Parts: sequence; C-alpha cells; structure tokens
Amino acid sequence: MDLSVRLGPLTLKNPLIAASGCFGYGLEYGEVVDLSSLGGVCVKGLFLSEREGHPPPRIVETPGGMLNAIGLQGIGVHRFIAERLPELRERGATVLVNICGVTLDEYVEVARVLSDAEGVAAIELNISCPNIKEGGIQFGCSLSGTYDVVSAVKKVTHLPVIPKLTPNVTSPSAFARAAEDAGADAISLVNTFLAMAIDVETRRPRLSNIMGGLSGPAIRPIAVRMVYECRCEVKIPIIGMGGIMDARDALEFIIAGADAVQVGTANFVDPFVWGKILDGISDYMTRHGIARIADLVGTTDTSPAHSHA
Amino acid sequence: MPFDIDARVIENRRLSSDYNVLSLEAPDIAGATEPGQFVMVKPDRGIDPLLRRPFSVFEILRDGGRPVGLSILSKRVGVTTGQIFGAQAGQRVQCLGPLGRAFTLPGPATEVWMVAGGVGLAPFWTVAEALAGRGVTLTLFYGGRGDADLLYLDYFERLGVTLAVCTEDGSRGERGRVTIPLERALAARQAGTDVLVHACGPDPMLAAVARLAARYGCRCEVSVERVMGCGLGGCYSCVVPVKAANGGFHHVRSCISGPIFDAATLVWD
Repeated sequence: MDLSVRLGPLTLKNPLIAASGCFGYGLEYGEVVDLSSLGGVCVKGLFLSEREGHPPPRIVETPGGMLNAIGLQGIGVHRFIAERLPELRERGATVLVNICGVTLDEYVEVARVLSDAEGVAAIELNISCPNIKEGGIQFGCSLSGTYDVVSAVKKVTHLPVIPKLTPNVTSPSAFARAAEDAGADAISLVNTFLAMAIDVETRRPRLSNIMGGLSGPAIRPIAVRMVYECRCEVKIPIIGMGGIMDARDALEFIIAGADAVQVGTANFVDPFVWGKILDGISDYMTRHGIARIADLVGTTDTSPAHSHA
Repeated sequence: MPFDIDARVIENRRLSSDYNVLSLEAPDIAGATEPGQFVMVKPDRGIDPLLRRPFSVFEILRDGGRPVGLSILSKRVGVTTGQIFGAQAGQRVQCLGPLGRAFTLPGPATEVWMVAGGVGLAPFWTVAEALAGRGVTLTLFYGGRGDADLLYLDYFERLGVTLAVCTEDGSRGERGRVTIPLERALAARQAGTDVLVHACGPDPMLAAVARLAARYGCRCEVSVERVMGCGLGGCYSCVVPVKAANGGFHHVRSCISGPIFDAATLVWD
C-alpha cells in the first residue's frame, strides 16, 4: 500500500500534515507523536521577529468548533532556526514552515532566511490569518496581492512555495488560479473563517480581539466545497483542511481533490489522533482495493446517480 | 509522557448542588501525577462542546498503596462541568494527563502555607498528602463565599494541617477574605521560619497573595487557571504575562510553563 503523496517537487510519506498554529513548533508533541511518522509538520507562523500576540481570552468554543484570535504569537524565524529546527531535524520531521509578513519585503526576507537553513522542506505562505490587521490577509484578499507575494517569494527561494488561502472571499478558486499563475508549487486551504461570538449577559465579545477565526467540524462542508472548486480550477497540488476529525473526514477532502490534508483542531481534542487517522485511511484503501492513495485524489463521482429500479 | 485514558467513572460524589468529586479509573495517570499537575477531561465524545477542559488532579485513589485512579473536584458552571456533575458510575470519560509543572515540595525545614479560594482547593489534597508524609508543617488558609463552599476540611484536619478558614458571609470561620488571616500570619511569623506559600484560586486572590508574599519576603507559587484548548502547548490560548528583562512582558503558555508559576515572575496588574 502506497500512502506517499507528491506536492510538486516535495514527496511526503503520507498525506497527513499537522496544521500550522495547532501544533506549536512540533516539539511540544514530541513525546506524544513520532514526528517522523507524519507526512509533515507545519509549524506555527513566523515573522522576522518575535511577537507576543493578542491578550487572552484568545479562544472560545462555538457549536462544533472554536474561534481563535491568538494574534500569531511567535519566536521569529531566527530563533526558530537556532532553537527548534535542529531538534525537528533530529526527530526526522518533514518540516513545512508557515511564514507571515506585514509587508511583501518581510515575506521575502523570511523566505530568504529559511532557504539557507538546513531541514526545511517547504514554505507555506500565510496570506490568510484573519486576526492580524496589517499585511497577511490583505495580500490574501486581493488577486494581485496574492500573485505578487507568491512570485516575489518564488524568486528568492529554491524551496516549494505553498500559499495558504483564505475562505473569506467570494471565490477562493480565483485565488487558487492567481497562485498557480504566480508559480506556486501547491496551495493549501482553508484558513479559518472570520467569525464572532458575544456574551449576551455582558454584551462583550468573547475574544479580546473582538473577532476570530472559526475552525473545527462546523466549517468542514464549506471547506470541502472550496477544495472541490479549486481542484476544478487548477492543476497544482492542493493541501485540504477544515475540521478534519477522523479518517473519513480526511478521505472526503482527498476525494474532493486534496493531494494531502492538514489536521488542526482535532489535535487539540485528541493528540493521539494521527495514528487513528492513518490506520483508518489504510483500512479504507484495503476495503476499496486502492493501492496508491494518490489514485483517490479528486475522484468525486458526479455522474448521474444510478437507478435502483 | 502523558497518557490518554478512556477512564471508567468509579464514583460521582455530589457534595452540594454545585460541587462534585468525580473519581476516574486511570492508574497510569494516577501513578505519574505530581502535586499541582492537571488532566484534560472530556465527558462525552460529541462535538458540542468540542474541546477538553483542564482540571487539577484532586485525589490520588489507591488500593493497598497502588494508584488505581484519580478524582477531580468540579464546580458546575458550564456545559462540561454540568456533564461532569451529572456523570454516572460506569460511564467513560476521556482523561489526558498528567500535564504541566508541579508545585515545589520542600523538606521539613520549610513550612508550607496553602492558600485556597473555593474550588481552588483542588491541587492541595495531593500537596498535603505528599508533605505530611515528609513531616512538613502545613497550614491551609481556605476561603469561600459561604459554608457550602468549604470542602474536605476533615481530610486536612486528619493529616494534621492547621486550618485558617474564612467565608465572605461569615457562615463559617472568620468573616472576610482569606488574605486577612494570611497577612496576620505573615506579620506574626517568627524570624528564621522559612515559609513557602502555595496558592490556587481566583485571579484577584492570587494577585493579593502574591503581593503579600512579596511584601513579607516569602517565596510564593501560584496555580493559574486559564481558558485552555489543548493542554500540551499546541494552541497558545492559555498564556499569562511573565516579566521580561526589558521591563515588559512575554506571553507564556500556562499549560507547559505552568500551571504552577513562581508568583514573582508574573505580571499581576
């Protein structure tokens, strides 16, 4: 059985990637998960320098999901390379680094710094975090901004570049197209949905940042639809995500058109979820006689339903 | 290395209309738990609520000395604590732990003064058990709104813990906040008596205890409670501000750098 997947120039041993912002820098989970057993580990978003993020409360639960407004707290790219990357390498993790920028120049500089580091497999461009006012999502909500940041970063790195798209636009597939035209090696989607929750007793927002990003099973059907639309629009590989809790959810994204998937919120509920999802995918492949997981990608059957007459 | 156990409910002791103690069969977690550590608990498998909730490990349950389980002390305030209040013996509860840093446990040369507000009593059963066994002199300063908020006093009495009890409504012990007898004791402390203060309770209480400890030159450790998504350092939701060298602060995750902190390192205002 072949679980390996190709994301442009990058080959992963299986389609399961820990989602950025949900797995720290990976090492936090080193005792719980064999990091080398994952297809990849996408580490928390990095700017050039350290950031403290928003004050608490930073998360709140809503039906079937959660809102977060962490504010991209992070140690910055230089400390990451010095303090985290060596152990990630030692543990055999395939490291995807999620990078952020307030300006286009910052994205370019962070990408340049990472390109010289040993042990980075790919760069995920965070142009979709809904919780930061400047930069980031401003690129991700403009077709020309998306094109510009992808092509600028591609110019300075040999690493695969994977823009992470926002669902907070009318047509994410148009942004997938802009990313492909700019030379992206793959795309990942979706980031969280901009959302809000209010305590009616106090009339205060439940998050210090007022608004936050919704993740979890509540968003899954919308995310599946967006992956499906993007699969119809572009040829480059897609990393799908949005509320994947188990193997069936992961398979749904793969069938919709995702070459690989990321799991985020489910890891909060169950840090041992990884092995369960991989086992479930293997069971499914055995049951359906599928030898290569890559053969399942984008196989949604939209032919007219069979008559049971 | 934390364990995730689909733990059987051994017993649900309802202490009042709000408080209950839920005993869980989780020998691996119980055997590895240090006083002050916590578990992440989810009483049902549904997605509403989706996340687990953090609870200090309350009691370690033993059978002939062998750890067989643990309990959590819960006050019914929301959906999850409502499920925990309503749990039936035999049902399964997901329990991940032990997690976080433990309280410092000194030797008999140091007195330990435990300061608890309401359900903040939770980490002190294990602290008292461990330290009574070492011959450490123990005092519990314990405050609640009223008599019904004060739990397990007989347990601490049996261990030989000196009790200083107060209630805001005066229904038991001294009327007023727990910091009143604490400050009196700090002021009356004999020179040369080494005291370590351990505190757990609402933030305003912790801030007041930290200020008192600093004023009277006592070391103080606090157990903080924050909204927590994962308990393992993944989500960055449970941060507290820690003093930085430049006079500012850093946000630090209370799940892995805490929940026990040296009070002098935290920013309290």
